[in-house]
Amino acid sequence: MADAPLLSVSDLHAFYGESHVLHGAALEIREGEIVTLLGRNGAGKTTTLKSIMGMMAKRRGSIRFAGVETIALPSDRIARLGIALCPEERGIFTTLNVEENLLLPPRIAPGGLSLDEIFELFPNLRERLRSPGGKLSGGEQQMLAIGRILRTGARLLMLDEPTEGLAPVIIQQIARTIEKLKAKGFTILLVEQNFRWASALADRFYVMDHGQIVEAFSSAELPANRDKLHAYLGV
Amino acid sequence: MIPLLGITTQALFAQLLVGLINGAFYALLSLGLAVIFGMLNIVNFAHGALYMMGAFFAWFLLNALHIGYWPALVLAPLGVAIFGMIVERTMLTRLQGLDHIYGLLLTFGLALIIQGLFQNYFGSSGQPYPVPELLKGGANLGFMYLPNYRAWTIVFSLAVCLLTWFAIEKTRLGAVLRAATENPQLTRAFGVNVPRLITLTYGFGVGLAALAGVLAAPIYQVRPLMGADLIVVVFAVVVIGGMGSIMGSIVTGFALGLIEGLTKVFYPQAANTVVFVVMALVLLVKPAGLFGRKA
Repeated sequence: MADAPLLSVSDLHAFYGESHVLHGAALEIREGEIVTLLGRNGAGKTTTLKSIMGMMAKRRGSIRFAGVETIALPSDRIARLGIALCPEERGIFTTLNVEENLLLPPRIAPGGLSLDEIFELFPNLRERLRSPGGKLSGGEQQMLAIGRILRTGARLLMLDEPTEGLAPVIIQQIARTIEKLKAKGFTILLVEQNFRWASALADRFYVMDHGQIVEAFSSAELPANRDKLHAYLGV
Repeated sequence: MIPLLGITTQALFAQLLVGLINGAFYALLSLGLAVIFGMLNIVNFAHGALYMMGAFFAWFLLNALHIGYWPALVLAPLGVAIFGMIVERTMLTRLQGLDHIYGLLLTFGLALIIQGLFQNYFGSSGQPYPVPELLKGGANLGFMYLPNYRAWTIVFSLAVCLLTWFAIEKTRLGAVLRAATENPQLTRAFGVNVPRLITLTYGFGVGLAALAGVLAAPIYQVRPLMGADLIVVVFAVVVIGGMGSIMGSIVTGFALGLIEGLTKVFYPQAANTVVFVVMALVLLVKPAGLFGRKA
């Protein structure tokens, strides 16, 4: 079982009401990897993350995490298996201050970062502990959204477009953070539009189109696939 | 005695006391409604009936089991909370995602059924409930006579209200509650069992109503319609304070009790309507209520 992937998704279908958005998506992530999900807007990347997290009410197929089938579990049970999501809209609670936001996700396993380690990654947060979550800048919100899932002891972190709408200096800071997290042994599933940025970080790539995974390659295979990729991403 | 517009200070303070007592019940009831609305998005019309159940619970404990006021102060809210949590689990939980009107209809129907059952057995007349031995008597403050039990009701209600505010605004559990109110889906995805939290919240809100019922038992009589009479004013208080605001419901509850008391002194004809006049005025100026967050 040593080579079994940490997360294995197969034949995943998901629906928003009547509309069928994932059509048999399949992917695997091994322990300690950084995997990036690429694809155009509406290709199903965010829906894939939400399905893995159990936040899509209508989903079917198979999602196995650390040997456990999670397709029918509610999202709180899935979170307690060791998966954490940093959502695209960041999901900062405006009625909570920064400290309360940071401490909100319950610890589910040992091995999470301490508050001091989180402040080392994001020094801004330490100074804003008492600020209401709604009063943060976009960059600070993103740091908080990433920081609060590092405490819990989750092994798989899913980051949905962490660089969207942020200044270059903050995007760099987030890249350094992701490198440090990889060094600490976290497994990371990244959804990213900023392909050049993600290509420097990820071990492997999946390309999504129309709710399916259409390509998979490692970062070494990237140059050879550049043209195909551009066609898919429409850049 | 200082005559003021032909009114004695004696009468003034007596009515202010009555106002504060009513305000204490308004505050406890509207606080429970605010907590429930925030978390469940349900306007709990059964609140008055559950307040009445709290009073009857205490009455049963005393008359059937000879268990007195002090244990009843804990047991009745607990018992009614358990009843409420069963209602939430079996019925209210099915209304998630539906229009407000369904929750309103269901809880209104429940209130009618509960009140009907009690009326069937007890008629409309009141059952007496004695003031506990420890709180009998009163103190002459010089300008007025203050019965001990009434002083206790005001102080205790205020303490429970402030404790609830503190628990929601300043503790870790309260932060989880606020997060689940703001974004239940994401809070759940962080590993919080939100459905269980919702059930406990409903139980807590309902328990507050039952606690108010026990406090009211020695002051008013224990009657099947005691909640129905009160709840209309309480809903006006909730509208004035702003739906879902914790501090708003506490402050507005006590303030409107006082305003009602003052009106009884200066213009008794309007005492029963003044709350609704205030409601209309507030809605004209601030449609979201005095402490409401959203317009």
